[in-house]
Amino acid sequence: MAGWDVRRIGLGLAAPLLALVVAVGLSSAVLLIAGHDPGTAFSAMADFGTQPGSMVQIVNRSSAYYLSAIAVAIGFRMNLFNIGVDGQYQLAAMLAAVVGGAVHLPPVLHVGLIILVAVLVGASWAAVAGVLKVTRGVSEVISTIMLNFLATGVVAYLLTPQRFAILQGNNISTKPIPASGHVPGFTTDNGTVYGLVLIAVLIGVGYWFLLGRTRFGFDLRATGQSEPAAVASGVNVRRMVVAAMVLSGAVAGLVGMPQLLGASYSYSLDFPAGLGFTGIAIALLGRNHPLGVGFAALLWSFLDQSALILDINDIPKEIVTIMQGTIVLAVVVAYEVVRRWRLASEQRRVAAELRESGPAPVPAGGGVS
Amino acid sequence: MTDQQVAPSPTTSAAPAAVSLRGITKRFPGVVANRDVSLTVRRGTVHAVVGENGAGKSTLMKILYGMQRPDEGSIEIDGALVDFHSPAHAIAAGIGMVHQHFKLADNLTVLENVVLGSEPIRGLTLDRDAASARIRDLSDRYGLDVRPDPLVERLGVGQRQRVEILKVLYRGARIIILDEPTAVLVPQEVEELFGALAELKAEGLTVVFISHKLDEVLDVADEITVIRRGTTVTTVLPSQVTPRKLAELMVGSELPSPETRESTVTDRAVLEVAGLTVRDADGRAVVDDVSLTIHAGEVLGIAGVEGNGQAELVEAVMGIRHGEGQVMLQGEDVTRLGTRARRDLGMAFVPEDRTRQGLLLEAPLWENRALGHQTKAPVVRGPLIDRRAARADTERIVREYDVRTPSIDVTASALSGGNQQKLIVGREMSGQPKVLVAAHPTRGVDVGAQAAIWDQLRRARAEGLAVLLISADLDELIGLSDALRVILRGRLVASADPATVTPEELGSAMTGAGPETTAGPGTTAGPDTTPTGPDATPTGPDTTPTGPDTTPTGPDVTPTGPDTTPTGPDAHTGRHAAPPPADSSRDSGSEA
Repeated sequence: MAGWDVRRIGLGLAAPLLALVVAVGLSSAVLLIAGHDPGTAFSAMADFGTQPGSMVQIVNRSSAYYLSAIAVAIGFRMNLFNIGVDGQYQLAAMLAAVVGGAVHLPPVLHVGLIILVAVLVGASWAAVAGVLKVTRGVSEVISTIMLNFLATGVVAYLLTPQRFAILQGNNISTKPIPASGHVPGFTTDNGTVYGLVLIAVLIGVGYWFLLGRTRFGFDLRATGQSEPAAVASGVNVRRMVVAAMVLSGAVAGLVGMPQLLGASYSYSLDFPAGLGFTGIAIALLGRNHPLGVGFAALLWSFLDQSALILDINDIPKEIVTIMQGTIVLAVVVAYEVVRRWRLASEQRRVAAELRESGPAPVPAGGGVS
Repeated sequence: MTDQQVAPSPTTSAAPAAVSLRGITKRFPGVVANRDVSLTVRRGTVHAVVGENGAGKSTLMKILYGMQRPDEGSIEIDGALVDFHSPAHAIAAGIGMVHQHFKLADNLTVLENVVLGSEPIRGLTLDRDAASARIRDLSDRYGLDVRPDPLVERLGVGQRQRVEILKVLYRGARIIILDEPTAVLVPQEVEELFGALAELKAEGLTVVFISHKLDEVLDVADEITVIRRGTTVTTVLPSQVTPRKLAELMVGSELPSPETRESTVTDRAVLEVAGLTVRDADGRAVVDDVSLTIHAGEVLGIAGVEGNGQAELVEAVMGIRHGEGQVMLQGEDVTRLGTRARRDLGMAFVPEDRTRQGLLLEAPLWENRALGHQTKAPVVRGPLIDRRAARADTERIVREYDVRTPSIDVTASALSGGNQQKLIVGREMSGQPKVLVAAHPTRGVDVGAQAAIWDQLRRARAEGLAVLLISADLDELIGLSDALRVILRGRLVASADPATVTPEELGSAMTGAGPETTAGPGTTAGPDTTPTGPDATPTGPDTTPTGPDTTPTGPDVTPTGPDTTPTGPDAHTGRHAAPPPADSSRDSGSEA
């Protein structure tokens, strides 16, 4: 059994490594065509990306990436494509910041309330897509894209001085959250790691447990693997669609929390955007696996951070965007290739083992003659 | 079973070989490979290739048709060595194949289907007249009775098959491979097919006929080649073997029989369905006012040509689909309950399409054990999956049901069809269900697995399980059931006593055209199938079949009346006296 697991893990790693190699190769080619030395570029990136200061940034950024990717992955495990994580987290972060800035509570309660608001807003925004899907048959792909636009509009509408915003210099933002709503970070010599990086870890563990160990998770995965089989087994697919969307949206609501409660303390126009789309790429790269997604988020974040050095060396930093794009493309292809190969090789192996054991009905468990 | 309608041609051994396969070996993941297969098919004969499911018949035919390339061995067509890289090569060499599952476009006409891919062109347009003339010509010459103009969706199964045959003839085939051609046909359509084969043979064409239905093979073939475990066992003449002997060659061991020995039917109704109607998207009733009762220890079989509402009936009973009417489980109204609640109350389900509805193909076996049992011990404990217990219980199923697998950690897709099915049956029998809804429980399963599944069904029945059995295998239905109903266009139109009814009689009832078809030529039953005694049974003692419109059906099958009693003289006077004498309708139909 142990040998089997090693084999399975090896196969699991083969695809992302292959994708990475392809991406590095293609990026090198692009660099060469543009007249730059790939060796210089990559070594500069590696040097800068591993500086302690960079590493703090990488960890901080990857916490948001991770949450976003897990939100997407929850949908993916059920064949739901939640493209709306972006809108869900922005709306959630903004409304949570508004509530956080408006109340005064004891420290832990205050933080709890802000997080609760974020989760509820994210979940409700995603639930709209879920309900539309089960009642009206609207594809969640379409509705979540539309809801992203709506979220942007709603945020822009609410983030004006007439409503929830205040002017701070040139920036417009929500009223700052008082100190009782801050989450202290882990201060190092080279910067502060957000305290809510831990929430990403917790969500990762929760995701693993929910999907792998609970009945609900089993139903969810079964629905994703084969809807007819899930229906025949008694899964109420409509309810599962709504539940999965709500869950995905709830996690999406957390995406902005590490930064909001760890650094910016208010939602402003320069709050990071597009994290929801990055999450899709990271979920793909990490194969919806809690650990895989973790590595993928760190890698993505590393590439983002190390790209900053390229401009100084006169190398266009867009090369990193090309690399990230190729990784995703290559990884999708590689996973499918590896998946088919794995199924075929398993069939071969089973057939071979059964032939060896001869026609006699001897199951692996033994004990029967 | 018929008399030898297509008589073996006397020139069998003298005719030159049209197809000669030598030493064919094909290694293929997951299924039985062909190993050193040799097969000689003489020109102008019908050559049957028989073997149980998974024996390698289909692979061999795919090799002959160019869909697979052999790893070793040679193929000769009319004495010339060939090397097919694709079906196009095989077609060019005069080989045509009629697949078990028809490859026809429903929304095109017969003509369009036939010419698809080899359209006669005049200028830039399809030369319909030329194609039409050619189709009529071929149809007349081979007695296929195919007209070019109707839409394929309007055609019955038998007609569609003849369109497929015509399609390969249109492409100039001289050697025709028929893959399990009778699997989808009722007995009367089988007769028509065999008539067509006789015509083909008379015209000098060669037919390779794949089947595992031995009576048919003996009827139609000039020579029979038996394949077992991927290799050819022997080639025999039909006159040299009996069905039993042939079956033993195929299986290599004693034969299983589906017969249930003694009745275990009790008077405790477990599943009661009343007035169940299911409508499709257009509002058409695909299950129409179906009522039935199954008692503890009873197997109720539903016979019918596929597509007459069986799938919808099963799904409605399981709560997958909702309809009008009432479903009661052990006296409790479950009509409003979903599938999970019904399963929790003791319903189990062996679905028709195991890879679609029965399994998570890419999940390990032990996870598949939990499927459908997500709320029940031992696989769950509270809201959590109990992995250890689930695995242990999967080991039990693998052991008790002889699921052949090296481990319970392999994915379900790695198992052969028969082993997948054994796993499903084992799973559904877990937790002592009260009702089992089994749709085609042994379809596509080899003889060994079939026997095992039948054994398990019988054992559970003896312990009081109520079974709703849907099957296309009439022998299975007759052998396992305590009572039979016939479904036609969504209605239960007749009931029959499995102790006395023959497959032919059931087949007549299934088509709804009983009298005319049974009176047709070529269906004179052999002496062994002549029913004796009062075979016709009024409905069972407690069961109350209904059916508002009584279609008179074939002999020995009792049409069910609109009322719960079969003795409603006023409405049906003269249509059927109850109980009708066994032979009253044999020749003249029940309209007499």
